[in-house]
Formats: sequence, structure tokens, C-alpha cells
Amino acid sequence: MGFFRSLFQPSRPSASIAKERLKIVLAHERASNRAPDFLPNLQKELLAVVGRYVEISEDGLRVTLGSSGDTSLLEINIEIEGGKVKKGGSGPALSAAV
Amino acid sequence: MLAKVIVVTSGKGGVGKTTTSAAFAAGLALRGHKTVVIDFDVGLRNLDLVMGCERRVVFDFINVINGDANLNQALIKDKRHDNLFIFPTSQTRDKNALKREGVERVMEELKQQFEYIICDSPAGIEHGAITALYFADSAVIVTNPEVSSVRDSDRIIGILASKSRRAERNESAVDVHLLLTRYDPGRVSKGEMLSVDDVKEILSIPLLGVIPESESVLRASNTGTPVVFDEDSPAGRAYVDAVARFLGEQREMRFVTPERRSLFRTLFGRA
Repeated sequence: MGFFRSLFQPSRPSASIAKERLKIVLAHERASNRAPDFLPNLQKELLAVVGRYVEISEDGLRVTLGSSGDTSLLEINIEIEGGKVKKGGSGPALSAAV
Repeated sequence: MLAKVIVVTSGKGGVGKTTTSAAFAAGLALRGHKTVVIDFDVGLRNLDLVMGCERRVVFDFINVINGDANLNQALIKDKRHDNLFIFPTSQTRDKNALKREGVERVMEELKQQFEYIICDSPAGIEHGAITALYFADSAVIVTNPEVSSVRDSDRIIGILASKSRRAERNESAVDVHLLLTRYDPGRVSKGEMLSVDDVKEILSIPLLGVIPESESVLRASNTGTPVVFDEDSPAGRAYVDAVARFLGEQREMRFVTPERRSLFRTLFGRA
């Protein structure tokens, strides 16, 4: 079988497979290595603030910084556990202007 | 005299950092530059063996940092060349013995005496490797044409751009150079190995040289002789070229196309 396959379908040189795999993995790693240092702190503070009003777990909050073309996109995803909303909030009132 | 500091690094182990450090230091010395090569691999000292001075080590890097010996007691003068000095590391198991302030003091002292300081980095991205690259003005990124080596080189290039002293002080970036080692042009032409151009394209840093896979490299380390002293060795000649390019000369890349073997050689074995 292998013999016939190699006769009719010449296999791709392994070096070009290596090159393509490297390009993909490095594009991904370079983007994540360039992520600014403030992300973990931002995540921690958001968790504290949002946690005063709704029940969330530590892994229910994800902060990522992506980019497409010229624009950067700060993406914050918050998963509320069972849709529970704390009444009135338990911390000092905060107002934010964006 | 204020020395230029060159780190030889790679991220991945076993790609030829110590071989390159020894060859590069000897190559610079042969070109008339007073050069010292420092082993940063605390606990896994090997530069002394590759340089053939393992029986002459009395004091080491850590002794000098701790003030137990002075610099000139620890520096070993190479027996083959007056311009070449070896600074061995310690075999201590305490990896954090390389304190940055201590290293900085020793580097400043070395800079007064030498033209080039070659820092032979340990593998990895831990304390020793970061200390080795921290003071660098230039970096030689030793890479094999193989996926894991290329990936780790990319990582270490990123670390040079963010964690070196030049980066911390917002000075001009460390000057990085690609040195491709263990290159087999025959396998490249068959599509079995990443080519020079592939690696250049992926890492996008300037190419300093290509060192062909060569039996002479093992022979050199067996005998404790930097490979540039072997004039018949293709690897040795490729290192001499790389040093010349580092010094600003234009030299054509050799050993990047498959060698045409004569019938005589094919019949009577390899040279």
C-alpha cells in the first residue's frame, strides 16, 4: 500500500512541513509573549470589583488582548455563576467613565 | 580599551554553544584581538574541557565574585595564543551564586583589559542564561536546522529584546546574529532539513554564518582544541569566516551546497 501511495502521491518534503508548523506556532507565541505585563493585575482587580456585585469564580473571568490590523482589542469575558446577583453590592460604590 | 560583550546563546541545549564560544573566542584572538571567554554554566563546567585547560583551573568565576580570588588569579592564559584567555566557572550546585552585582563588577574589570568578552550561556531561560545575556552588546544565536532549536532561538531573541540591560535602560537593542550549526547541505537539497533561507525567514535576524556538520567538531572537543585551529576542517573554516563577518568583512557563504565528492574519495573513504 505504502509503495503504491508513494508512487502516485509523492509525499511532501518534511522540511517544508517543519517550516509551516514553525511559522504557525511562532506567530502564536510571539503574540502571547508580547502581551503586556498588566494583564494579570487587571484580571485580579476586575475579579475583586465584579465579585462584589455578582458571584464569579476565578476562572470565570478571562482577559485577553488581541489585535486585528491597526486596532487592539481588549476582551473581557465574565461568566456569572448560576446567574446570581448580590443585592446592592457589598463594597463601596464605584463609578467609572470610559 | 573598552570591551564588546558577546553572548553565545540558544535556549536549547546541545546545539553547539560551547563549541561556538571556544571557536569564536579563538577566532577573534587569531585576528589579533585580546579576548576572554567566560563559562556561565555554573555547576556544569565544560568550557575548560573544550578549550583543553581543565587541569589548569585553580580559581573560578564564583571565587572572584565572592572576593576569594582576584581576576588575574582565575584567568587562564591559552597556551596556543597570547590573546586568548579562559575564565572557568564553578562546579558548585548553587545556581544562584552568580549574583548580578558581583557579575557586573567582574565584567567592568574585564572590560578594562580585553577587547572582546565572550559569554558562553547555559541552556534554558533560567537565572544563568539570563545573567549571561544581561550585559551583552551583541548576541550569537546558535541554531540547528530543526524545529525545537528554531523555536527556542525565537524565544531567546524575544528575551534579549526585553530582559537585557540594554532593553532595561532603553539603549539601542542588542545586536543579534544567527549562526546555523550542524548544517547538512545534502539533506537540505533532498528536502529533509530546513534550509538556511527557511531559518532566516522564520527568525528574521541577519545571518552570521553556517557551520556544516563535520567530524572535525567532535575531534576538536576530544582533544580540547578550538575547531578554528584545525585548518583542514570545514567547520573550522566556516567559523573563521563567521568571525571575519562579525568584524565587518564581506565573505561568501561556503559549505551551503552539497559537496561534490570525487570518485577517489567515494572509493577510498572520507577525508
